[in-house]
Amino acid sequence: MKIETGFEQEISDPLGKKEISPLRRFISDFCESKVAVVGLSIICVIILIAIFAPLLSVQDPYDLAQLDIMDGRLPPGEVSGTGITFWLGSDDQGRDMLSGIFYGLRTSLGVGAMSAFIALIIGSSLGLTAAYFGGRIDSLIMRIVDIQLSFPAVLVALVLLAILGKGVDKIIIALVAVQWAYYARTVRGTALVERRKEYMEAARCLALSHSRLVFRHLLPNCMPPLIVVVTVQVAHAIALEATLSFLGIGLPVTEPSLGLLIANGFEYMLSGRYWISFFPGIALLLTIVSINLVGDQLRDVLNPRLQS
Amino acid sequence: MIAFLIRRLTQSGLVLLVMSLLVFIGVFAIGNPVDILINPDADQEEIERAIKALGLDKPMWEQYWIFLVNALQGDLGRSFVFNIPALQLIWQRMPATLELAGFAMFLSIFLGIPLGMIAGLKPDSWVGRTIMSGSILGFSLPTFWVGLMMILLFAVYLGWLPASGRGETVDVFGVPVSFLTLNGLSHILLPAINLALFKLSLTIRLARAGTREAMLMDYVKFARAKGLSNARVIMVHVFKNIMIPVVTVLGLELGNVIAFSVVTETIFSWPGMGKLIIDSINVLDRPVIVAYLLMTVSMFIVINLVVDIIYSMLDPRVRLGDMKS
Repeated sequence: MKIETGFEQEISDPLGKKEISPLRRFISDFCESKVAVVGLSIICVIILIAIFAPLLSVQDPYDLAQLDIMDGRLPPGEVSGTGITFWLGSDDQGRDMLSGIFYGLRTSLGVGAMSAFIALIIGSSLGLTAAYFGGRIDSLIMRIVDIQLSFPAVLVALVLLAILGKGVDKIIIALVAVQWAYYARTVRGTALVERRKEYMEAARCLALSHSRLVFRHLLPNCMPPLIVVVTVQVAHAIALEATLSFLGIGLPVTEPSLGLLIANGFEYMLSGRYWISFFPGIALLLTIVSINLVGDQLRDVLNPRLQS
Repeated sequence: MIAFLIRRLTQSGLVLLVMSLLVFIGVFAIGNPVDILINPDADQEEIERAIKALGLDKPMWEQYWIFLVNALQGDLGRSFVFNIPALQLIWQRMPATLELAGFAMFLSIFLGIPLGMIAGLKPDSWVGRTIMSGSILGFSLPTFWVGLMMILLFAVYLGWLPASGRGETVDVFGVPVSFLTLNGLSHILLPAINLALFKLSLTIRLARAGTREAMLMDYVKFARAKGLSNARVIMVHVFKNIMIPVVTVLGLELGNVIAFSVVTETIFSWPGMGKLIIDSINVLDRPVIVAYLLMTVSMFIVINLVVDIIYSMLDPRVRLGDMKS
């Protein structure tokens, strides 16, 4: 360890000139796009809303005791029998849409982030294994990835949920199964390039163990493209979960995510009660678009080919 | 070529086998097959007869074998709801799905290419910018929600187009189709646009990038130098050259359109296979679920194989031996 740190200092400061830290440069590069900054701020607000949903909501939308069926399907701005103002209207069970959306964001973000995280771990481990060991293991793993990616994500998720049934854990399994292949492919691609670089050779000469080589040296250098894929995949996962829940094969009715809220409003839409489907859709849209905006900017900032 | 075909066919067979095993384990081993495969309304004697007939008293591997042999003979059980063979039910619903998917593809090609070319010819004009922003929206908007909003706008508020169903159909070679009657056309328009939205955005992007690239090429300069009209240069020379990437990508996306029609069909109550599977999952009509899953996976394997072969024939630069999936 000591040898490593001493070496680093010497290199990074050869003429005693002060360098801008990589993190600083990254932040200033990222802030060059105003749209991405707006996107990031929206994401932060949405995450805060999701975390503090119980404090921000006027009622607990999952607690049936607090709901009054008489308050059902009130248009935006109406006041309920108990004196709550439904700023975004109420759904068929008298649930305040705004509170419903806050809690729904919680479920949607939670499921999206959780599945992306598990898929990231599984996918990148397999991708690293494939790239590091090569040969048969590589071709076997990548063949499975190719086959999986030749089927559309909706179809794979549909197959799994048709077999497994509804539930938060099941939809996470389905989303992980859909996503891992993207991570595996990205990591393998990067790792194949990184593996041949000199620092890896140097590390190998020090006779470090395989796991240390892979996790301490190879993985950190594969991170930039991986971060971009994570952002894009979280957005995909949220959209896919909403779609599956909308179809009624994703989350159970007791824990409405945004997709389920939209589905609840579907039958009332034909009679002109737009708000039950409209507002959760806007929340979903804001979330997905902001994540994509941030992802786009990250791709530009982290892509070494685009850096001058 | 033959080596490639053999390898691909072996691989396809393997995928199908794994898939059938997965479905078998899912349906037969996790759940109780008696509940799943036999109509719950049947009496005790009938249940016992069915257990014998389905071989549920035999060991697991033998059951799987029976399942496989039956599946190969096209026997995937009878639907509880419709009381006809599950496979037949799916065959009945398939034309509706294929029609919707085909119409959506048609829309995305015939709207996407001209729009993309306009955006590519005038990238900095407001028209070009509007088209591009539209295509970015098409990528990010959740398709199912857009479908709902389209119903809200065009069916509920404006009342221009119907929100659900297939409308009048005409039989063409014994297969009912909607797009040949005016009423059917008005029914297919909204779902097809909804299903096409994503592909449309993709086509616009491809056509725009292709046009911008082609406009800088020597052959365009040469055509101009020959004194050809602007219209001819664009319609003949540029158009031909942007078709290659567009056709390739859209071919690969055909499968995606069919898979995603599950969502569109549910929104617009389009009576295709997609709506059938969602309905079957909701009422636990398991034979239909099993049949649908095996059918679609086989269909995808065939589509992937055909696309790969066509691709290699269109573009001789692609060597089949190098292709992976």
